[in-house]
Amino acid sequence: MLTKRIIACLDVHGDRVVKGVQFAQLRDAGDPAALAQVHAQSGADEIVLLDISAANEDRTTLLETVRRTARQLFIPFTVGGGIRTLEEAAAVFSAGADKISINTAALADPKLVTRIAERFGSQAVVVAIDAKRGENRAPWQVFTHGGRRATGRHALEWAREAESNGAGEILLTSMDRDGTASGFDCELTRTVSDAVQIPVIASGGAGTAEDFKAVFWEGHADAALAASIFHYGLRDVGDLKQSLKSAGIPVRWPC
Amino acid sequence: MVAIVDYGAGNLVSVQKALDWLGQDSRVTNDPAEIRRAAKIILPGVGHFASTRALADSGARSAIIEQVERGIPFLGICVGMQWMLEGSAEAPRTPGSALFAGTCLRFPETAKLPHVGWNQLEISPGSKLFRHVSQSSLVYFTHSFYIPLNKWTVASCAYGSSFSAAMERDRLFGVQFHPEKSGEVGLQLLANFCAI
Repeated sequence: MLTKRIIACLDVHGDRVVKGVQFAQLRDAGDPAALAQVHAQSGADEIVLLDISAANEDRTTLLETVRRTARQLFIPFTVGGGIRTLEEAAAVFSAGADKISINTAALADPKLVTRIAERFGSQAVVVAIDAKRGENRAPWQVFTHGGRRATGRHALEWAREAESNGAGEILLTSMDRDGTASGFDCELTRTVSDAVQIPVIASGGAGTAEDFKAVFWEGHADAALAASIFHYGLRDVGDLKQSLKSAGIPVRWPC
Repeated sequence: MVAIVDYGAGNLVSVQKALDWLGQDSRVTNDPAEIRRAAKIILPGVGHFASTRALADSGARSAIIEQVERGIPFLGICVGMQWMLEGSAEAPRTPGSALFAGTCLRFPETAKLPHVGWNQLEISPGSKLFRHVSQSSLVYFTHSFYIPLNKWTVASCAYGSSFSAAMERDRLFGVQFHPEKSGEVGLQLLANFCAI
């Protein structure tokens, strides 16, 4: 049976991993290559590295970080943040990424998804969507530029468009939940996951193992991503997977 | 030296990193002369079946087939495995190498596609490729087209129904999953291939 994936996310600024709390207030949490190894050994199914420095501030540093992190990592490795062109994507792939994640650039130029997919395959293109509901159960809106800019687009409609443009997966972040540790937004996740045929990775709000169970059962997520809960010794991936396995969720554990 | 055949698509870096880790000398190449000098050949692959057309254009295709006929061990990964068949529904006008009979089909639309993630293998006893790999091991897949079960299947996997996760005949090997991305299990499998 296809297992549910637990994806460890490293938010990187410059060449250091930082913790994102609702896209602000950053704290240092270490070296990306070392942390990726720790997560892989403790059972993470994939690693995502997101460059959260101002887009394209310093591509050389990012590429070096990707190269260093990828060198001894033998599980899937996704890199996102500031990729605006096919050439920039190609540079990230040749530094060792298996997939790239694009967000702002995909909205500015939806056919960028198609161009990268045509060259590297759909399986290599993850479209990241930052969605926020706000008040009164309004439709989820898509934000770009690290959550700072509203696009006026509906998350559901954009997810469908990204799929038809050739995205292989969707990384769906609830901005309402991100950094709150109050649980994933299962309603958002289920709405998008049921509307597209490609896998959906839930992100934003993970705090406990119960949150992961809920997003797999109620949210219909194919994978779930977490950053902060893993960084400070609150829980490692192995503990989390043990708990999911006991609850009857298919996971790769032990591994 | 292991030749990792480049056809302009996909992530060749990952396969080479895994061989580096195993202490195996490898070369990423599309040069037929280099392929003819190789002790082993790996054809990696992610992306579209049509991209394998570049193998014919560069002359790599005939170099690979010659080497296989001489008994040089060959491993096809993902689209590289699919290329070992006669063709694929993904690109009906692009011929495969026909090292094995059959064609690749698309998964029915009833499941999420692509089939992405870690899924379980059912391994046949006696496979050279799977020596020291535990029954029911999980490996990483990412694909929308599959090879049906056949008499060369040495590992199967279920996604909707069962398909060929690995095939083996003499010194010809193919895996639908990505050993270079499948942790310890994948490294063991690559080590087995390198030791043949």
